[in-house]
Formats: sequence, C-alpha cells, structure tokens
Amino acid sequence: MKAAVIRFPGSNCDQDCHLVLKEFGFATDFVWHKEDSVAGYDLIVLPGGFSYGDYLRCGAIARFSPVMKSVIEQAKRGVLVMGICNGFQILCESGLLPGALIRNRDLHFICEHVRLRVENTSNPFLSAAQVGQVLNVPIAHGEGSYTADAATLASLNAEGRVLVRYCDVKGKTGDATNPNGALENIAGICNTTRNVFGLMPHPERACDAHLGSTDGRVFFQSILATLGNAQAA
Amino acid sequence: MKAKVIVMPKRSILDPQGVAVRDAMRHHGLPGAQSARVGKMIELEVDGATEAQLHEIARDLLSNPVVEDYELVVEK
Repeated sequence: MKAAVIRFPGSNCDQDCHLVLKEFGFATDFVWHKEDSVAGYDLIVLPGGFSYGDYLRCGAIARFSPVMKSVIEQAKRGVLVMGICNGFQILCESGLLPGALIRNRDLHFICEHVRLRVENTSNPFLSAAQVGQVLNVPIAHGEGSYTADAATLASLNAEGRVLVRYCDVKGKTGDATNPNGALENIAGICNTTRNVFGLMPHPERACDAHLGSTDGRVFFQSILATLGNAQAA
Repeated sequence: MKAKVIVMPKRSILDPQGVAVRDAMRHHGLPGAQSARVGKMIELEVDGATEAQLHEIARDLLSNPVVEDYELVVEK
C-alpha cells in the first residue's frame, strides 16, 4: 500500500501522519505542494497545520496549490483522501467536501481530548469500528466549527455521510459535549462516493498509548482493511 | 484598475467575533450596542482585468460563498 502525505508551507502534523502510516505498513512519501502529480497512491492524506499561515481563510490558499488539482483528480478516480484538521478545511475550500469550518463558538483555540461517536461504518475510514462506538481522540483547532446550509445538512444526514460526532463518554451528543459549536456536533464527514473524508480531530495523535489513547488506530485499520480487500478482489 | 472587496459573514451564520466585539462595546460604556459584525476588506490593484474576472476572484478566492458574502467596489 502506498500513501502520500501532502506538505504545504505551514503543515505541522505531516511527520505524525507519516510515522503512523509507516507503522501501519504503508510505503509513505511526503509530497510537496508544488508537485504537479500525486498519482499512483492508494491513500492521500492532507495533514493538519496552518497552511499559508491560515491567511485569508483556513485552507483558502492551499486549495490553489499546484498539487491540489491532482488531489482532486485522484479523488474523482476513487483514491482514498483523508483530510485531518487543516486538511479538512482544505477539502471544504476545494469543494471536495461540502460546507465550511468557521471560528470556534467561544473564539478559543481548543487543544484537548474529546470523545467521538462513530455514526457510520459503511465507509473505508471506519469499516473496522462499530456504530455507536465512542473514541477518545484529541482536537487542536481555532476554526473547527462545521457549518453548512440546511439542504446540505439534510443530505449529509440522509445519506449517512456524517461519520463522527462530538459526544460525551457515554456517546451522548448535545451542546454540553460540543467543543466548538459545530452544527449538530459534526466532527467529520465524507463525500457522496465515500472516498473523501475530512475530520477536525487528530486520529494520528491517538495511535500510541504513550500519547494517552490508541482509539485513533481504528481509522487506519479500517483504511488498511478496505484497501486490502480491494486488492484481493 | 483599483478595486475593493468587502467580505462579510452571512447574516445566517453566527459571527462569534462580532458578538465578542459587541459585548466589549457594552463593557466600554455603550449599553445600547446591539450588534457588531466583523468582516474584512481587501484592496486590489490589477492590470488588464475585466470586472467579471474580479467578481470571479472575489467569489472563488477572496470569499467563501458557503459562509460569506462579498461586495466588489471598482474605482473607475
């Protein structure tokens, strides 16, 4: 399996993603944002950070990086694309995912472990998880409040494209367990063809017991299982 | 050609920065402060562009139509 971690000026979770993907057995390359092509990979990861200093809007300028044309092409061909934190913002800005991420409700940059409820497992990114499973994964963002218009929200819900929501340890969602004011506690969504996934939490930071949680591993286990099955078939 | 692009959060979107500014105005001795909204203004100097191209830039790069509205003011 081959994975690419795209590096933008200001990416800062690229090393973490690279480390975890390698540990899961992916032959992993860093791909600089000025490259024209990111063809030939099974998985493309847009890591967290502050691409272009978050100038203008988070992800707004990264979206016009040369490599993004190729990311969009690969996504349309069905390659798995995962955007984490700033990567999620870039996916929304580039139109690969609907909606937008805006300033946190309470204006603070939030860096803490949160709980996520798995909403859907019929997708390549959580196929190894259980619906309703509660995951302990950290967030670290200032602009992570997901928003979308009513029609978009309705289709996300109807099509099972909200993959994770912020919740409490028992899996209950609501205002009290909503760290950033995201619409309906949405933490991560996928596209209609279910091969592009964006989420604000950082599963790559929850893959080693030394870091306080290994709940992030299920995302990478799911991706591996999905790709393995595709290769076998 | 010189132009200004004013980008504002949509009315339907909660603007937490605006709320914070409004509250600060109240604390600063203006109890009647009803609302404040925070956007941004971008000044452009462009050669050889049509107004339609500037609209395209304002829509696709300078603002995010999901959460923001823009106004383009071209200085003739």
